[in-house]
Amino acid sequence: MESNGGDASRILREIETLKATKSEIEQRISALEAQLREIKVDHGNDAILNGSCPPISTNHSDFGHGLSPDMVYRYSRHLLLPTFGVQAQSNILKSSILVIGAGGLGSPALLYLAACGVGRLGIVDHDVVELNNMHRQIIHREEYIGQPKVKSAAAACLSVNSTINIVEHKEALRTSNALDIMSQYDVVVDATDNAPSRYMISDCCVVLGKPLVSGAALGLEGQLTVYNYNGGPCYRCLFPTPPPTTACQRCADSGVLGVVPGIIGCLQALEAIKIASTVGEPLSGRMLLFDALSSRIRIVKIRGRSLQCEVCGENATFSRLRFQEFDYEKFTQSPLSTSPLKLNLLQADYRISSKEYKEKIVNGEPHVLVDVRPQHHFKIVSLPSSMNIPLPSLETRLSEISSALEGESDEKGTNSRSGPQLYVVCRRGNDSQRAVQYLHKMGFTSAKDIIGGLEGWARDVDPNFPTY
Amino acid sequence: MGMAYGHNHAWESVFSFPIGGLELLCDSVKIHNVNVEPQDGAKKLDMKDLLTWVRGNLIKERPEMFMKGDTVRPGILVLVNDCDWELSGQLTTTLEDKDVVVFISTLHGG
Repeated sequence: MESNGGDASRILREIETLKATKSEIEQRISALEAQLREIKVDHGNDAILNGSCPPISTNHSDFGHGLSPDMVYRYSRHLLLPTFGVQAQSNILKSSILVIGAGGLGSPALLYLAACGVGRLGIVDHDVVELNNMHRQIIHREEYIGQPKVKSAAAACLSVNSTINIVEHKEALRTSNALDIMSQYDVVVDATDNAPSRYMISDCCVVLGKPLVSGAALGLEGQLTVYNYNGGPCYRCLFPTPPPTTACQRCADSGVLGVVPGIIGCLQALEAIKIASTVGEPLSGRMLLFDALSSRIRIVKIRGRSLQCEVCGENATFSRLRFQEFDYEKFTQSPLSTSPLKLNLLQADYRISSKEYKEKIVNGEPHVLVDVRPQHHFKIVSLPSSMNIPLPSLETRLSEISSALEGESDEKGTNSRSGPQLYVVCRRGNDSQRAVQYLHKMGFTSAKDIIGGLEGWARDVDPNFPTY
Repeated sequence: MGMAYGHNHAWESVFSFPIGGLELLCDSVKIHNVNVEPQDGAKKLDMKDLLTWVRGNLIKERPEMFMKGDTVRPGILVLVNDCDWELSGQLTTTLEDKDVVVFISTLHGG
């Protein structure tokens, strides 16, 4: 064991050293490549000046569109489009677009916006890259796991197009910084993942008069529209009252098929490009609904700007100051950060830590363990000899718990006065508290929840236990 | 579709809960072809009648996830023939035979 531990730390040290060397080499390569580009440019100019064919013009601004020869070549397929052409490309090159969120939606949106030559491309995100992001957040690479998403996304964008200006905003968007950040851009792309951020970003766009390309994806479905553009509605015109928190599901809880936000993110890039280049008909006053499972895309007509809207309506008094003082978490009853909910519903003696629970197993104490997660979660991983009764069906399946407790009592004998104990576990330790609350009400007085759920178990007891 | 009508006071509508998981409230069925009669000898069927009918006949659990008061809960868009019901009078929207009504719960994920 000891030599294994020694081997592991030696290998880890070597990996660290190699990674550091690799990073140095990559930086050196980038620097040399940049030098080489400059030499080529100079050399090119020399050739023109000294060559047998004197230039008619070396100043590309003479063409009226401001595109350098390199730009003409790089964006040639755009320039060849009769409906897009050099004017639209020139507009893109002069435009600035802010993408808020470098996750599932932001990944493809950023890559396409960088590739198409948006003059200044801003990225806002405060998160770090995690392994469970990789299936959908395709802008990030494995070597960036643990590093800021903004840094990873900026590096990827730069590797696609080193000629644009990429601005990293490594901070969470809040009412305190939103006005300052968003005012620096022409178009805003909402690629966030929660309700309060969506209200905050839309309100800020109204205050600043910026068009907002809004996309969302969850499970196997996606939505897309453009707000606050050309007489169209803002987010609040459409949803003046926030939905109940129970209706706000997150990818981390409900799951998402990776390619679905990818598709919506691509469409967001498209809408942003259309607005920035002033080409085509942006999706304002309409909403695109995407159902991946049945391969259906539906585009529906939505209301225009509401005269009664509290933020963009006729008599709205929503100012910069109102915005900065507005409490979006209170308004939507949901947190702006994506950190999972941590309930504390129970008194201390109705709870047990995962380490304490492990002791109970080791000591062979008679007990029943009920896992209240949905069945498809239970199928991913579960603790040995736990019984799965999903929380919504608990009410109708209490008799199963009673029989399990009786069975346990018969099998192991009731050497303690209290009889077999009842423990409840879930993924993170919230639903298990709800279940224990209910079980006590129904007379199961020994019910205790395992604090922190299976994630706590994996963290404190068994590091090899899979988390998701 | 293709149902026979006794009189001309029957309205067939297709209901769909296509986006946002609302179908979970009615046994995970996304599309419902239904035949609804106007109430109390009324000649027309409107969205208010329809919501009452949906709540009574289709929603199997957690009705609060679908309705609040006599209308849909915040965060649900209602579309009648692919058009926001705000544009046709919300609850007073009159329904015709074979109208398609879609309920959409807004998504926030990304």
